[in-house]
Amino acid sequence: MSSVIDVRDLRTHIVTRWGTIKAVDGVSFALGEAETLGLVGESGSGKSMTCLSLVRLVPRPAARIVGGEVRLDGEDLLAKSDAEMQQIRGRKVAMILQDPMSSLNPVFSIGMQMREPLAMYHRLRGAAVTARAAELLAAVRIPSPETRLRAFPHQLSGGMRQRVVGAMAIAGPPRLLIADEPTTSLDLTIQAQYLGLLKELQQRHRFAMIFVTHNLGIVARTCDRVAVMYAGRIVEIGPVRRIFTEPAHPYTRALLESIPRFGARRERLTAIAGQPPDLASLGAGCAFAPRCPAAFERCATAPSETAIAPGHATRCWLHARA
Amino acid sequence: MLGRESNGALLAVENLTKHFVVRRGALGWSTGVVRAVDAVSFDIPAGSTLGLVGESGCGKTTTSKLILALETPTAGSIRFEGREVSALDREGRRAYRRAVQAVFQDPYASLDPRMRVGAVIAEPLVINADLDAAGRRRRVAELLDVVGLPERAATLYPHEFSGGQRQRIAIARALALSPKLVVLDEPVSALDVSIRAQILNLLVELQQRLGVSYLFIAHDLAAVAHMSRTIAVMYLGKIVEIGDADAIALEPKHPYTKALFAAALPIDLDRPREEITLSGEVPSPLAPPSGCRFHPRCPFAMPHCATEEPALRPESGRLVACHLY
Repeated sequence: MSSVIDVRDLRTHIVTRWGTIKAVDGVSFALGEAETLGLVGESGSGKSMTCLSLVRLVPRPAARIVGGEVRLDGEDLLAKSDAEMQQIRGRKVAMILQDPMSSLNPVFSIGMQMREPLAMYHRLRGAAVTARAAELLAAVRIPSPETRLRAFPHQLSGGMRQRVVGAMAIAGPPRLLIADEPTTSLDLTIQAQYLGLLKELQQRHRFAMIFVTHNLGIVARTCDRVAVMYAGRIVEIGPVRRIFTEPAHPYTRALLESIPRFGARRERLTAIAGQPPDLASLGAGCAFAPRCPAAFERCATAPSETAIAPGHATRCWLHARA
Repeated sequence: MLGRESNGALLAVENLTKHFVVRRGALGWSTGVVRAVDAVSFDIPAGSTLGLVGESGCGKTTTSKLILALETPTAGSIRFEGREVSALDREGRRAYRRAVQAVFQDPYASLDPRMRVGAVIAEPLVINADLDAAGRRRRVAELLDVVGLPERAATLYPHEFSGGQRQRIAIARALALSPKLVVLDEPVSALDVSIRAQILNLLVELQQRLGVSYLFIAHDLAAVAHMSRTIAVMYLGKIVEIGDADAIALEPKHPYTKALFAAALPIDLDRPREEITLSGEVPSPLAPPSGCRFHPRCPFAMPHCATEEPALRPESGRLVACHLY
């Protein structure tokens, strides 16, 4: 099966006063139709910067994509002109961000904001635009969509706003949907509704989905595969079930063990020692080594990716072939 | 311990109620009443943890503010070590405020960026404790040690610390006056996943060592279940279920608790789970539904749920407010 999105050795650097930060440092993965990849990691691990690099929205001029390939249905996005990229962002790749208010303009009605991209990318005019906007709102199960088109963002609840953002995202319909912590600002029961809605939309439109989150529970429920990021690199990638039952990288294992579980009452949680790494002062070796209980001499040089099972790979000397 | 009641309840809350009057327009006429907390009762025994869960707007934070004496209750009573808090004299209220401390969600907002960490932790001591400068320095060093930070930290500023370390500083400040109860309002949700376990472990360890009680408020249900002996679930200002933490986490009874725990997404792939996804959103607390406040969203609602408000009744070792039982 050919992949919808194929990322190879993507590198994004940020130039700061303290030196160059390798925010994305050789990230590779591929995703097929209707497949979901969970991208997990702590703040600063490069999850969001990876997503922004895919759509070439890294904050310039400080951040620059310095290498790699991003192929969407075979076409290299890094070779496109800015105008072509804008068309692609409008139709083929959609994003849902954590805070719906950062995607919605508070001074325009929902209808105004939904009509603009529909007119621009789909060349719809007049009543057809409004009809299509209402149809999209109905698709994300917003009750009485025609009335809602006249509402302003502040008149809607957080869950409703995020549904509006979802409606705009599926207008394409997209080939790839990037959801960056889409439910973090929502209440638990609303979060469950929204995750269900995203899966349903994915079934209907068959888009590939990248789901950025630090919540492993969401990964367990919604993703097919998971990539664990640490200090700009994917340290482990594989099918969800493999990663949850047989994690290979010590960081993945530690993350899974540090989370409280229902019914497994223990006095102490297994904590990960130390602090998240400072990207500006990373050494040459494995970035996790200073916090790793299994670190040994070889960790002073960076491990490359090793496949340990079909679709399951890790960057760790413990699994490297001699 | 000295001065504690023999029945063990350090804090006893009974029928605690807080109404906010909503005023609109130039004349400030009252246009409605929000029953933010409505006849809530619970106990926190000495050295124990009560977990308070529920979605935004359910009254968790108002409850914690009432306990911290930052808000005055409309009705009901808060008894601390057997004494009614609202009846305390000036000196008694000061003592109460010393004995009840708080740690908030965001350690980036709760620490003054222009104060050195030593001064941050010493501030409550300056106001409330009879210590000279040298005595305060000793106490600060002791507190830093208790929360696992080096003594040197006292001379640095908050921005020189990571999120997890800042939360340790906030915990040290809360412990400065040897409180008996600490309100933990989302103490780990602003922290990185790999750091949360460190802070939760620290809190458990401090409780065992100092015998302090916690009121633990959080969205992360697995963390609440891990930390608490008792869990209280709130919905629109009411407690709908309260009881033993393990019993509620593993076998929730109230349909809302069931939905909440079903939505909590545990990471165990094979754990059998009841799939309940609620439709709709939390109604406005300005106009809560009649009868059982949960009935418009409840998958098991019966006709009389809309008219009769269920009381908390014992069911399988906990209290549940639902007509199903």
